[in-house]
Amino acid sequence: MTTLDAVPAKPARTGSRAWYVFRSNPLAVFGLIIVTAIVLIAILADFITPYPEHLGPIGDFAAMSAPPGGQYLLGTDTIGRDLLTRIAYAYRLALLMAVVVLVIAVPVGVVVGLVAGYMGGWVDYLLMRLTDIFLSIPPLVLAMSIMGFLEPTLINGMLAVTVMWWPWYARLIYNVTRSEAREGYVLAAETVGASTPHILFREILPNCWPSILTKMTLDIGFVILIASSLSFLGLGVQPPTPDLGSMVADGAKYMPDAWWLTVFPAIAILLVVLGFNLVGDGLREAFETEV
Amino acid sequence: MNSVLSTLLVRVTAAIVVMIGVSILIFTIARVIPGDPARIALGPLATEEQVEAMREARHLNEPLPVQYAYFVRDVFHGDLGRSFYTNRPVTTDIAQFLPASLELIFVAGVLMIVLGIPLGIVSAHFKGRAADQIGRLLALLAVCTPAFVWGVIFQLVFAYFWPIFPLEGQLSANALPPPRVTGFMTIDAAVAGDGELVVDALYHLVLPSLALAMAGIGQTARLTRANMVETYERPFIEMGRAYGFPSFAIATRYAFRPAFIPTLTILGLDFAALLGNAFLVEKVFVWPGISRYGVEVIIRKDLDAIVGTVLIIAAAFLLVNIIVDLLVSFINPRIRFAEKRA
Amino acid sequence: MTAVPPPVLAIRDLRLAFRGAGGESEVLHGISLHVNAGEKVALVGESGSGKSVTARLAMGLLQGGRGVRVSGSILFTGIEIAGGGPEIARLRGTRVTMIFQDPTSALNPTFTIRDQFRRVLRSHNADLGAREADAIAEAGLADTQIDNPRRVLDSYAFQLSGGMNQRVMIAMALVSRPALLIADEPGTALDVTVQAATLKLMHDLTEKTGTAVLLISHNLGVVREFSDRVYVIYRGSMVEHGTTGQLFRDPRHPYTRALLSAVPRIIGGGLPRIPERSPEFASPLVVHPGCGEPGERRAA
Repeated sequence: MTTLDAVPAKPARTGSRAWYVFRSNPLAVFGLIIVTAIVLIAILADFITPYPEHLGPIGDFAAMSAPPGGQYLLGTDTIGRDLLTRIAYAYRLALLMAVVVLVIAVPVGVVVGLVAGYMGGWVDYLLMRLTDIFLSIPPLVLAMSIMGFLEPTLINGMLAVTVMWWPWYARLIYNVTRSEAREGYVLAAETVGASTPHILFREILPNCWPSILTKMTLDIGFVILIASSLSFLGLGVQPPTPDLGSMVADGAKYMPDAWWLTVFPAIAILLVVLGFNLVGDGLREAFETEV
Repeated sequence: MNSVLSTLLVRVTAAIVVMIGVSILIFTIARVIPGDPARIALGPLATEEQVEAMREARHLNEPLPVQYAYFVRDVFHGDLGRSFYTNRPVTTDIAQFLPASLELIFVAGVLMIVLGIPLGIVSAHFKGRAADQIGRLLALLAVCTPAFVWGVIFQLVFAYFWPIFPLEGQLSANALPPPRVTGFMTIDAAVAGDGELVVDALYHLVLPSLALAMAGIGQTARLTRANMVETYERPFIEMGRAYGFPSFAIATRYAFRPAFIPTLTILGLDFAALLGNAFLVEKVFVWPGISRYGVEVIIRKDLDAIVGTVLIIAAAFLLVNIIVDLLVSFINPRIRFAEKRA
Repeated sequence: MTAVPPPVLAIRDLRLAFRGAGGESEVLHGISLHVNAGEKVALVGESGSGKSVTARLAMGLLQGGRGVRVSGSILFTGIEIAGGGPEIARLRGTRVTMIFQDPTSALNPTFTIRDQFRRVLRSHNADLGAREADAIAEAGLADTQIDNPRRVLDSYAFQLSGGMNQRVMIAMALVSRPALLIADEPGTALDVTVQAATLKLMHDLTEKTGTAVLLISHNLGVVREFSDRVYVIYRGSMVEHGTTGQLFRDPRHPYTRALLSAVPRIIGGGLPRIPERSPEFASPLVVHPGCGEPGERRAA
């Protein structure tokens, strides 16, 4: 072990420096505020929403399609359910889905990319052609067709999006690995006889973290965007589970009179995607400005 | 061998490999999902014999690789199976619905370039100043908002509150569609010599194609800006300034040409997003395109139709990528003239 | 008494400061230099000494940028250009031109040499016809001893060798017979023999066109070969000024001495290291006899 320590390691990035750059970027901080707020709302939905009982199919029948204001801050839907409450719970679902998708898709993609990028040869060719196959079907179409073969449930939705998502990480890590594989520290580790898993996971992978982290942050927003697109088309979770995409789809029928039914869920989608995008962009900048 | 030609060859070979892979992928998924395709096709009222007969006719009792072989043979004969939703060959359905989508996507693609690139150039030129900040914010908003939200917003604003544009559909409700020549409404109307109809079709194209293009416009603007900013750092730009090139010329031509090459490469990928988002926009605007067909057959689990649609879309995407690659290798002098050395 | 023609370039007490996130930092602390017509003057210093920004200020390229503050005087052929402005913009590219460190990357990779030459020629004469421009370009290239100017014009920069691109740049710079050519570390990106050849070319051509040269360099060997007078700059201040002969025979300022001794010797000891900062380097300007700025002749 000591011999490997003597090997010239790539200089580690100081997290505190990246944080400083991030902190000084007003847009990134703004995004972080939005994201924190949304995450808190999602976690604490049970406690902070005014009408948690409106989660299911029963609403306040005396106040159906009520415009925003008064008792119901963002209005109610056609069954009298408080929009604010349902949006909060929809956030919870959306974030959960994003986390699950990424927790599965990212490791799979990263491993494929590492192996293909480092091994080269036919392993490279095979793995990357496989990746290409998934990437050559437009993202939404792939997810849709998978959903088409399955029942529209939350789990299946997550499955479809996961299957569609991993190739992007494979491609990203593949490119990084290919360029890192020629760097001094990798050659040094090879000379000392380090095993391939060691090289992949202890040498190359740590240098991929900034890219992975940045992309994951951006992707939380984009997974939610794709998921809401799927459910907008009716291929996501089914009622009465609250979902931002289906709320927009349902509300569109009552435009322009009950405009709040569409507008507020739409803004909710925009906010969460924007928030994670701003944070992700801030991260990218913070990681890039290093010595 | 000419570099452009060799690029083409490499890309086409890769595309063929990928298409084979895609077909295997989608075919396998379609066959391994739970449920009996024949039963689904015939419905719950069909008798067991009828279902069994169909299973035989569709080779559904054979092992998977054999089924795939039949499938490939059929595809080469132009047969993508039959949709039980429309009760027609899938190829007929696709031929009917695809052109409307292509029209939409084509116009959206043009908008992406025509609006996105200038936005990016202006942003880069005024880097750091107000125009840039606003431009970047707009681009970001465009990217973060799903296409269906844009569709709904545009409907709300431009069709309801200020009814400038029509709400939905390809033509006005009382308009007679022209005889079908290409399937592209604007072209067919023009061919039929009906000027009013052409205008009507164009009016109907505006909102949906704009909604479809928004994310792409934002992406293109950001990409163009980033590439332009990077190009501005390069020594030949300083040389241009040292020789008194006007800054407008630098922005639009001298810096733009080298910056455009990496932009173009990524534009092909953004086209994929258009193909996918078309589904969303077509639903909002009730556009008679492939996407509506696609969603319907997906909901109905019309397997042949699903497989056929996915294959066509994948093929279209690959084709666009090949064209973009060709364009890049043609425009980029480094590739075009790769074998000449002074 | 015969009137002395005014210098082509006369910089007096030039100060440059950049305003950034952490406040303002001064990069040039009041430097002065001059270049007479037809003269070859070198400005020598390490990277970060301020020599490059001086060159760019002399062309009016930095003025007007965000957070840029300039004070002092820069007289180019008698015109005050320290503040930038339209006068120098008009003269840039015709009366004062610049050649750059790496000739290949100074040329746009997506335009042919012909296209770029046309742009250069048309930037101050928009009505110049294509054929006229090409004829001028060909003649210019022939002057730099390029055998087949037409083939070079049809090529892209990446298809030509570094030395060839250097000739192209020199041709572009001298085609309008400028009063001053600013050469920013010319040939640093080329290998030594090519660099020597292009320097000779530059020397001969500028003699022919009567162009004065301000040579920016950190390479003392090049400076010695090429220039008549030398200024040495250290961290934004001028530290020594003399003719080439005077400076190399009798370097007086501690920094100049350190620089000269840092030139690798072929025989004898290893490469001596210049201490990063020595308080001696901040000694005031040393001017050799017979030199000095116009209007303030000083004897040693």
